[in-house]
Amino acid sequence: MNFDLTDDQRAIKRTANEFLASRYKPEVMRELAEGERGFTDEGWRELSELGWPGVMIPEGDGGLGLGAVELLVIQEEMGYALAPSPLFSTVSAALLLAAAGTSEQRERWLGPLAQGEARGTIAVWDERSGWAPDRSEIETENGTMSATKVAVPDASGADFLIISGADGAHFLVETSSPGVSVVATKALDPTRKLFTVHLDRAPAEPLSGGHSEQVAHAYATIVTALAAENVGVGQRAMEMAVAYAKDRKQFDRPIGSYQAVSHRCAQMLLEVEGARSLSYWAGWALDHEPSTAPRAASMAKAYAGDAGFRVAASALQVHGGIGFTWEHDLHFFLKRAKANAHAFGDSRWHRDRVAELAGVTAASAPAGSPALSTLARSPAPAG
Amino acid sequence: MDLTLSPAEEAFRDELRSWLENNHPGHEPTGDEPGFQFRRDWQRKLQEAGWAGVSWPEDYGGRGATLIEQAIFNEEVVRARTPTPANVLGLAMGGPTVIAHGTEEQKRRYLAPILSAEEIWCQGFSEPESGSDLASVKTRAVRHGNEWVVTGQKVWTTLAHHAKWCMLVARTDAEAPKHKGLTYFLLDMEQDAVQVRPLVQITGEAEFNELFMEEARIPQENIVGGEGNGWAVAITTLMHERATLAFGLQVSLQIELGKLLEYAGQTRGGDGHVTSADPVIRQRLAQLMIESEVLRLNAYRSLSATMRSGVPGPEGSLGKWHWSEVNQALTELAMDISGPRALSANHDWAYRFLRARANSIEGGTTEILKNIVAERVLGLPRMR
Repeated sequence: MNFDLTDDQRAIKRTANEFLASRYKPEVMRELAEGERGFTDEGWRELSELGWPGVMIPEGDGGLGLGAVELLVIQEEMGYALAPSPLFSTVSAALLLAAAGTSEQRERWLGPLAQGEARGTIAVWDERSGWAPDRSEIETENGTMSATKVAVPDASGADFLIISGADGAHFLVETSSPGVSVVATKALDPTRKLFTVHLDRAPAEPLSGGHSEQVAHAYATIVTALAAENVGVGQRAMEMAVAYAKDRKQFDRPIGSYQAVSHRCAQMLLEVEGARSLSYWAGWALDHEPSTAPRAASMAKAYAGDAGFRVAASALQVHGGIGFTWEHDLHFFLKRAKANAHAFGDSRWHRDRVAELAGVTAASAPAGSPALSTLARSPAPAG
Repeated sequence: MDLTLSPAEEAFRDELRSWLENNHPGHEPTGDEPGFQFRRDWQRKLQEAGWAGVSWPEDYGGRGATLIEQAIFNEEVVRARTPTPANVLGLAMGGPTVIAHGTEEQKRRYLAPILSAEEIWCQGFSEPESGSDLASVKTRAVRHGNEWVVTGQKVWTTLAHHAKWCMLVARTDAEAPKHKGLTYFLLDMEQDAVQVRPLVQITGEAEFNELFMEEARIPQENIVGGEGNGWAVAITTLMHERATLAFGLQVSLQIELGKLLEYAGQTRGGDGHVTSADPVIRQRLAQLMIESEVLRLNAYRSLSATMRSGVPGPEGSLGKWHWSEVNQALTELAMDISGPRALSANHDWAYRFLRARANSIEGGTTEILKNIVAERVLGLPRMR
């Protein structure tokens, strides 16, 4: 029994922390957030040289072949630095491809993804269906797809999209194909660019090489990666609040000496450490105890989603008026934390999964509720 | 990272588990005296098999177990639902304090009867006017030759009516700054100058007592850690109280939560449907499952950090505070699931609901624990 990171994992974490701190100083993060593209070719090349896009891609497919915990420590540091990058969307696409792609698809894409020569992303939200991440109603017709997906991260820089469809099916659509249009949306979180993707009879290849459990495992990894990111976001917001509370004086005393402020900071620690414990546990389960992974991943996502936002919001309160200004960096952390809480199933959805997996009696679907009846029918690929 | 037990740890657990299965004493009889005797017998049985004082060094009759073995022990005894040993405060607090600060003579005199439950211990720290501000205690000890004469009042003294020894913090120097004028004594409870009165709590029972001392006598050799050093010794006692709690508490919470999940599946809500199908109840049950998992994981993470670096990680200071919140939330949800049964004081959950109100007060209030986290972990300025 040892709940410590291994020496290698600690080394990856330290390297990531130092590298990101030197490359993504707050002014760089801000410039990328305020810009249109959200990342630079130079930045992407550097992350690729570290091997991060292929961290979990098997060695045989050209990646580093490391585990979920290694991905999580990188994600935690990405959140801590709030480094704008298409890394998360590319890693997510690679996870689904590795889980469900045919051997041709894997061969065509995994190597280039691992080398940083290609990027992908995943599109889960239909424009008109319910918002659960396994709720899509999209089907193909003669190998083509016509649909609209919203809130697709980093789509303009991606070479292909992994699109979720009805009944847990997934498809690969190349962004350069005819019938694909990618339109930027103004995202709540400007550090992760979002797009609406319109498909009009676009060629779509099914990912037909895996079964639903592998897809579920990939989704569990993806939501845990977001949970880990929120651990880093929360950690940084907490550190900002604590530093400010030590420095800022009102009524001739540092505000951190007032319990109304210091107890708020203690609460931040409680939530950040809780989220961290769950995220590492989920990572370990993904690598070593797959039967626990769906429950652990949903627990981590629900808790870290709530915690990341609450800690950032509380940190903003500690900062007072200055925290509400655009000029201060804190709002970027608040926005990322909230965006992460909503992506790939919000906390309520994941808590419901936790209850379901524990066998807690669910409500029978009321008549005329298509959302619930579809959920009950299709194998849930997410979480 | 490896969240499974090593073969040696598993062997330790299996040995303990089968011993507990074969030696479980059954149900505790009702009534204070029979119940206490039952727990005294149970502790003796533990001691004879080498399971009392698991964390104590072997030289003093303990098992010298590793931290992880102590954690496993605390989990397993709760999981097996064995009785609490009669001398719980002596085992968890008094003994470790004597081992850390006592003289060789004191160790020889006091430790063995703690393990065998021959001599029961209680804790005389809090006073009516000194709760969280422990260093402000007013109980006075005045030296007369080789003896100290003690006058004052203590409160919340669990087990005082059974105890032979009381870990007593008293003021021995009224002139010194408040943390410096304290001394830690072992008070012999068997004297007329010490009176014990049960303190009835909101549940209707009396787990605690008030303790009145009117010129009680303590020989000089019963000071632990030296005159004027009482604050440091008392902190040792309190640290042991918090450190050993976490693993047992989280297992007992998991057990309660299991019962609650079952209960929610059997009861019907206001609309006549199974309560656990209510989406709001479901969300609250799931949140409790998540929080109780956090408690378990934080306890293990803290343990791993301690094993690596000798110091618990920041998450270690959160356990008792977090547990009290989760346990209160659990019992509140249980009441909501109970419907009209919640109105009966005989309802099992109603008792637990009331008892849980003390969780955020006993063993350090949540407010004090937050101060500790803010000042010692986050490094925020002290409030004074």
